[in-house]
Amino acid sequence: MAQTVGFLTDTTLCIGCKACEVACKEWNGLPNNPLDFKGSYDNTGQLDHANWRHVRFLETSTSNPDKPIAWSMMSDVCKHCANASCLEVCPTNAIVRTEFDTVFIQQDVCNGCRDCIAACPYGVIGFNQQSGTAQKCTFCYDRLQNNLMPACATACPTQSIKFGDLATMRQAAAERVQTLQSQGVSQAQVYGDTEYGGLHAMFILTDKPEAYGLPSQASAVLPGRNNIPGYLTAAVTAVLAGLAGLIAFRRRGEQPAAATPPPAATTGGR
Amino acid sequence: MGEHFVTPPNWQWYILAYFFCAGISGGSFVLGTMLRLFGDARDAAAARIAFLISFPVLLVCPILLTLDLGQPSRFWHMLVDVSGGGLVFKAWSPMSLGAWALLLFGIFSLVMFAASLYEGGVVRHRALQATASFVAATAGRIFLIVGAVFGLFVAAYTGVLLAVSNQPVWSDTWALGGLFLASGLSGAAACVLLASRSRRAAMTDRKLIEADRYFILLELALIILFLATLGGTLSKVLSGGWIILWVIVLLGTLVPLGLHWRPGLMRQAALLAPVLVLLGVLALRAVIIFSAQA
Repeated sequence: MAQTVGFLTDTTLCIGCKACEVACKEWNGLPNNPLDFKGSYDNTGQLDHANWRHVRFLETSTSNPDKPIAWSMMSDVCKHCANASCLEVCPTNAIVRTEFDTVFIQQDVCNGCRDCIAACPYGVIGFNQQSGTAQKCTFCYDRLQNNLMPACATACPTQSIKFGDLATMRQAAAERVQTLQSQGVSQAQVYGDTEYGGLHAMFILTDKPEAYGLPSQASAVLPGRNNIPGYLTAAVTAVLAGLAGLIAFRRRGEQPAAATPPPAATTGGR
Repeated sequence: MGEHFVTPPNWQWYILAYFFCAGISGGSFVLGTMLRLFGDARDAAAARIAFLISFPVLLVCPILLTLDLGQPSRFWHMLVDVSGGGLVFKAWSPMSLGAWALLLFGIFSLVMFAASLYEGGVVRHRALQATASFVAATAGRIFLIVGAVFGLFVAAYTGVLLAVSNQPVWSDTWALGGLFLASGLSGAAACVLLASRSRRAAMTDRKLIEADRYFILLELALIILFLATLGGTLSKVLSGGWIILWVIVLLGTLVPLGLHWRPGLMRQAALLAPVLVLLGVLALRAVIIFSAQA
């Protein structure tokens, strides 16, 4: 049986070199980004169909006039959730779970309905206008099949991106948080241990998840939560509308419409 | 849900048009069914008109949905599992359910369209005669009721489809399914009123106006519920230019309500009320679809 794989991205080790982004684009043949300046070193902007790794540059103002900006970097990626919102809603079964327990969009099956984009709580999936399909990180599925590490983890020069067996990554995450906390980084925490049943791409954070553009555990909810209340409200509305129809359309002294014989062919009108 | 860190799906005009047509088609079928089952002989013509509206409007729906796909030639992947084999049906995915519901509702809508063509004397063909005889029998009543359930679903599920996501506004409320159903029924009543304007059926018109009044009241209650459940994302739908669309929604609900309660005015403005209702139905869907993705 194939190994259950995972990423562990340690934001305390990220130096913002973007080697992961470049390696990802190189290996997967993703197009270049347009040459425009977004007002930040974070010139990639977001994860989308052409950016499957995105180094977030989190810039916060400080009171120190010599260092007015505090930096924090995080190489973001598809989380390959154990309970994946995209996989839940995909109406064509284009999104599947692989033998490595990762989430994969089959490009020959996807018809570009974009329901997965609406469902993804991390804004990971993008729509490719050229192919007409939804695209995201494949966890380098082709490399995994050939016992190779994903390109991003291979290229990372600081080992901010670690790759391995998921259980090993979980253990490494717990140990790293312990080390950081013992060094005085009291806010150090693992993101992805429990969210969406456990993520296959976990992160070591030193601030609350929202600061990194990640929903908190309380906010990390599946789209399907709205199925029952949504249909229930519709059903109650349907019953009330039926009652309204019964009151408005009730017979007022004549025989039922359905019993009326069809008119002669020559009438021609309705 | 608290903060949202999502990418919008870029559902635009095709989806707006589809949501509108699904509401009108499903709502018209339900109205036709209620007129047949609850009404009297004088309502038969209006019931036929409702069914004659439902099917052609329904035909537009798959066209709009297919055009919106990134790969329109793969529209059939909604029904056939090309990777695993067999059919694809996911009860927890409103889009999957909706694809099947549209297909099945199409059968009911087509049969009632054919029967209405015959009953109205528009087309005289033996096959249509058999269809008309079938729907006039007891089995036909059951057929109508099952079809109306599908009609209700087609009109309502589009709201649930939006809610079953992680997008701001859409996923923050559970009221959209009911809201789209109420407004779809109201729009359908307006369509039937408009289409039957040339006929002299004052009693049926009064019934339709009364029904529309209830549907509008239901819609207004659900709009309040919708806004009340949004929490932190309320400002997204009530800011900037979206207010213009909300004004149209209010004009499409409050003005017809006012006209309905003043029969004298209603007679003079027979065209105004249903047109405003339809504009309101469209504006409601537009503000909900577009503001969340802005």
